[in-house]
Amino acid sequence: MAEIAIRGLTKYFGTRLVLDRIDVDVSAHEVVCLIGASGSGKSTLLRCINRLIEPDHGTISLGGVPIDSAQFGRTGLQQRVGIVFQSYNLFPHLTVLDNLTLAPRKVQGMARTQANERARETLSLFGMDHFAASYPEQLSGGQQQRVAIARAMMNAPDVLLLDEVTAALDPELVGEVLRIIHDLKSRGLTMVIVTHEMGFARDVADRVCFLSEGRIIEEDIPERLFTSPQAPATQAFLARLIASGRL
Amino acid sequence: MTAPDPRSGATARPGRYGIRPAPDGPPPPPRRRGFDWRAALAPGLMSSASIIVVFGALYWLITSAEQWPRIKAQFFNIDHMIAAAPRVAQGFLTNLQVWLIALACIGVWALVLAVVRSLRGPVFAPFRLMVVVYIDVFRGLPALLLVILFGFGIPALNIPGLPNSGLFWGGVAMVLSYSAYVAEIYRSGIDAVHEGQRAAARSLGLNEWQTLIYAILPQALRNVLPALMNIVVALQKDVALLSVIGVRDAVREAQIYTATTFNYSSLIVAALLFLLATVPMARLADWVNRRDRARRLQIAE
Repeated sequence: MAEIAIRGLTKYFGTRLVLDRIDVDVSAHEVVCLIGASGSGKSTLLRCINRLIEPDHGTISLGGVPIDSAQFGRTGLQQRVGIVFQSYNLFPHLTVLDNLTLAPRKVQGMARTQANERARETLSLFGMDHFAASYPEQLSGGQQQRVAIARAMMNAPDVLLLDEVTAALDPELVGEVLRIIHDLKSRGLTMVIVTHEMGFARDVADRVCFLSEGRIIEEDIPERLFTSPQAPATQAFLARLIASGRL
Repeated sequence: MTAPDPRSGATARPGRYGIRPAPDGPPPPPRRRGFDWRAALAPGLMSSASIIVVFGALYWLITSAEQWPRIKAQFFNIDHMIAAAPRVAQGFLTNLQVWLIALACIGVWALVLAVVRSLRGPVFAPFRLMVVVYIDVFRGLPALLLVILFGFGIPALNIPGLPNSGLFWGGVAMVLSYSAYVAEIYRSGIDAVHEGQRAAARSLGLNEWQTLIYAILPQALRNVLPALMNIVVALQKDVALLSVIGVRDAVREAQIYTATTFNYSSLIVAALLFLLATVPMARLADWVNRRDRARRLQIAE
């Protein structure tokens, strides 16, 4: 059974159609990359999955349960679906450690010592344990993004959503973040990734979905989608990337 | 004795400290300049001299004026100043007390207003509207009018159970008036927190209230600290408005002295006390501003 099942998802921003009857399934332990031009609806789709954005029509279910079901309670969905943003969105007034422990302490009522211990374990998985006492602004972009991923992993979610997590990074810092994502994949995490890094998508994805104007135009395994795309829109998109030297 | 430079064939000369540059290394660092007394002292001397000349001229101009002895006797009479000082200082203590208590009340009440105004969701619409109206009204009215209205008006009602002192109600008027401004400052700080912070907090499972308390407000307060410092300074002197409803603050005490002696030196004493308090506060505000600016620039790098 699909871990995430999206059916007929439609979203308007005002009168602008951003998502147009999206149907996607993501299996457990699968990594799906969403690619497409800016404004094609990738990030909106991602944010619908953890209810940062409420769709106008359609359903999303997680493990067979609709995500707006009372079964998830007030924060159950957030425990099972983590998200990492392009601009890290770490809390600048809190240390790295407190960034990680805030939600477990306030949402789950975990004791501070226990939360700290868990946070240190999680940080060490991402090679950031030396920075527990630092403030986000003292870290490089790549380090901040690693902390943000660690923060999202504190709840041990089943699904991780990554929203262009390398887009704000200097090119030489992209690698360290991508390595972590590879690592998470090898541990069996289900991931939905919005990315502009086509090389990475090709490398890490089990399946790639190409979005254009709020529709999924084509989805396939990366080998086929990148080498022999079927839809004219996909061909045009990839041709533009090749022309600009990004693929 | 010098070694020939293999590149140019010329001889490399020893540097100033006798250090010979390595034949194929980078050129030597620039010579450190010795301390130049003339460069260090000249600007200071020049500015001191010009200050002495300008202020000396002003002093001469003022004191040689025909009316100066009368002005001096009326405003700067040392004997009157000393005589008035204890009462005026006593009054100034009242100013400081009102200032501190009002500050605390304004800080809390304005925060409540700002938080209510920034609440989302249609359920809160009536409360948001109330805050908007409150801010429009109290920001639109002169503080002096409010002080008179509350300070004379409410005690005159003689409502049992309510305090009857003009000082109390005058203080309430100041708090109501200033809170409207401070609430707007807080709100600008809340609005300036990036939307991503809210998204991050919500996606971690924090509810709206927790998001506000743990993620948004700490950043908002840090954003508006410099603006708040200005309010603190402004309030310190505006407490003197309470003198019009008979509160015996520094200004009132000075006026009482003036009324019996027809000498205005007591008001100068009050003025000096205010400056003594507000100037250090203003410097502190500058310092907070500078530090805040430095912090922002550092982040922007």
